[in-house]
Amino acid sequence: MHELALLIAAGIASGTPLLLAGLGLLLNERAGVVNLGAEGLMLIAAVAGFGIAFYTGQTWLALLGGALAAAVFSGLLAWMVVYLNANQYASGLALSLFGAGISAFVGAALVGKKLEIETSEKLPFLGDLPFFGPALFQQHTMVYIAVALCFGMVFFLYHTKTGRLLRGIGESPASAHALGYPVQRIRWLSLVIGGAFCGLAGAYLSVIYAPLWVEGMVAGRGWIALALTVFATWRPWRVLMGAYLFGSVTMLQLHLQAIGIEIPTQFMSMLPYVATIIVLALISRNPHWIRANMPASLGKPFHPG
Amino acid sequence: MRAGFAVFAFSAGTLMVSCGKKEEPKEAAKEAPKAEAPKPEPLKVGFIYVGPVGDAGWTFAHDTARKAIEEKFGEKIKTSFVEKVPEGADAERVIRDLVAQGNKLVFATSFGYGDAMEKVAKDHPEVKFEHATGYKTADNLRVYEGRFYEDAYLAGVIAGKMTKSNILGFVGSFPIPEVLRNINAYTLGAQSVNPKIRTKVVWVNTWFDPPKESEAAQSLINQKADVLLQNTDSTAVLQTAEKNGKFAFGWDSDMSAFAPKAHLASAVLTWAPYYEKAVNDVLNNSWKTEVTKWGTKEGMNDLIKINDGVPEDVRKKIDELKAGLKDGTFAVFKGPISDNAGKVVLPKDEVADDAWKGKINFFVKGVEGKVPSGK
Repeated sequence: MHELALLIAAGIASGTPLLLAGLGLLLNERAGVVNLGAEGLMLIAAVAGFGIAFYTGQTWLALLGGALAAAVFSGLLAWMVVYLNANQYASGLALSLFGAGISAFVGAALVGKKLEIETSEKLPFLGDLPFFGPALFQQHTMVYIAVALCFGMVFFLYHTKTGRLLRGIGESPASAHALGYPVQRIRWLSLVIGGAFCGLAGAYLSVIYAPLWVEGMVAGRGWIALALTVFATWRPWRVLMGAYLFGSVTMLQLHLQAIGIEIPTQFMSMLPYVATIIVLALISRNPHWIRANMPASLGKPFHPG
Repeated sequence: MRAGFAVFAFSAGTLMVSCGKKEEPKEAAKEAPKAEAPKPEPLKVGFIYVGPVGDAGWTFAHDTARKAIEEKFGEKIKTSFVEKVPEGADAERVIRDLVAQGNKLVFATSFGYGDAMEKVAKDHPEVKFEHATGYKTADNLRVYEGRFYEDAYLAGVIAGKMTKSNILGFVGSFPIPEVLRNINAYTLGAQSVNPKIRTKVVWVNTWFDPPKESEAAQSLINQKADVLLQNTDSTAVLQTAEKNGKFAFGWDSDMSAFAPKAHLASAVLTWAPYYEKAVNDVLNNSWKTEVTKWGTKEGMNDLIKINDGVPEDVRKKIDELKAGLKDGTFAVFKGPISDNAGKVVLPKDEVADDAWKGKINFFVKGVEGKVPSGK
């Protein structure tokens, strides 16, 4: 039983960067912009966050710095795709490649450096509960912040005027424009804030999750977060579920190995990806499900006037 | 922009011209008129690394040795390296590139470069190739490796004494003989002082992926493993152990700084003496194909920086074992050894030879699970 609790805890920790990045990308896509640069943004934030943590020793400053760095580069992407109407897919891919390159370049001096390790914290009272304590309440504070951000995202998108407007822009930017709303500014802001979310995810990886900087250490998590938004049919709570599911399957395959289950390890490494594909295939079987939820203007540039 | 390009082109041009000048023997003769012959061209030595030189592990150890020979031989040699070369199609391209740049001695420092080395060696008989931890040789291709399993055994002795759960963990890269040997040696070492030991193994199918190494370490710890060893190249396993209040070892380089509490000892590799020998062999034209296996005896590997928390009697035992390895009175793989299915793989009192060790494809008794099949 205790092992199961630990497995759940590890799955949640592993899914947290996916949750953070997934929420950011969801915000972008709800406003009608696809951000294929997520992987690059996470790498930029990972190196920025690690650098700040290394030189200042401040975890929270590092996380904020990572978020800020990613927000700047995401803002750059926004300037290209929102104001210059560049192709969203090509620009996003370019940002991904650029992020991989510049993070490796800037981070060369940080490879193999050591951070003071933050041990995971235990919540008072809740952390001592049997089973639920070790499973849920002995995580790093950032894990709870990610959940809080998910709450915040739901509240913003469904219960505030700006949130409804943002979703409206994702459906029909022309209508929002006709009603006099600043479509471009809102899309721009959604990319900056969404980028900051990706940045938090990247910095979490390099500062808290595996406190090391290594080139390419995000290792495809940005792409998985992108798939998660579709997987979740653009609903924040489903992003949370998907992220934790993915994290749990990742940890489960390692866990099964340690138990000594005789399945080829290559097959088990593949499991999380297979799970994603299966769920995506199941969702896609119902065309109504995807189409009813997908923002209608997703990926399409908008020219005002 | 155009002006900038012109400057660049110009400086590139002068660079080439000045490079050309350097090779002219006239200049050298003018400077040192008494020299009988123009200075011989330095021997160009190329290295290809699987990780970044800053990995604080495997590649770092090789690069430290590269710097050592550069210092030792001074102007007689000129070294260069290519880091982070994936094992596969890219490796061949990089090795060919090193040869094209005039390197006459090429070191490839990972198991997976074997096929690529073999191909390039065939095409360039004038170049000498050295493959670390490999097994394929040719007229101009030879292999070298350390006896890392000796360190793994010593680490096991410490682990066997320090564990509270009697469960050890091992984060493995790929199920190749080199790694299986270490898992088995680690387990045998621990069992020599604590017969109740069991070892759990998790494979990550990579040499270097810190988040994944850390996840693997965490899942071992979650299943009560409390002393970890790894064959992967980063410090992630050690750091994960520190975070969880468990123990682990440094591997390939001194990693004590990364986890002051968790770090029990570091298995270090000193490649410099071999690299020195290889360069000398080429310089003296005495290079010939051979299989070099150096261990504790020759000083290629050692277990250092044993944690202060390790009891005195264990340290003494480690020193005795090291002495035994040096004078040949102690061998890690000595019968009776049986695999974890119960089959005797080494009869009583028999000492394993290198061929036996090179073909290990089983777990010894006490290791859980089955060796993954496939290449």
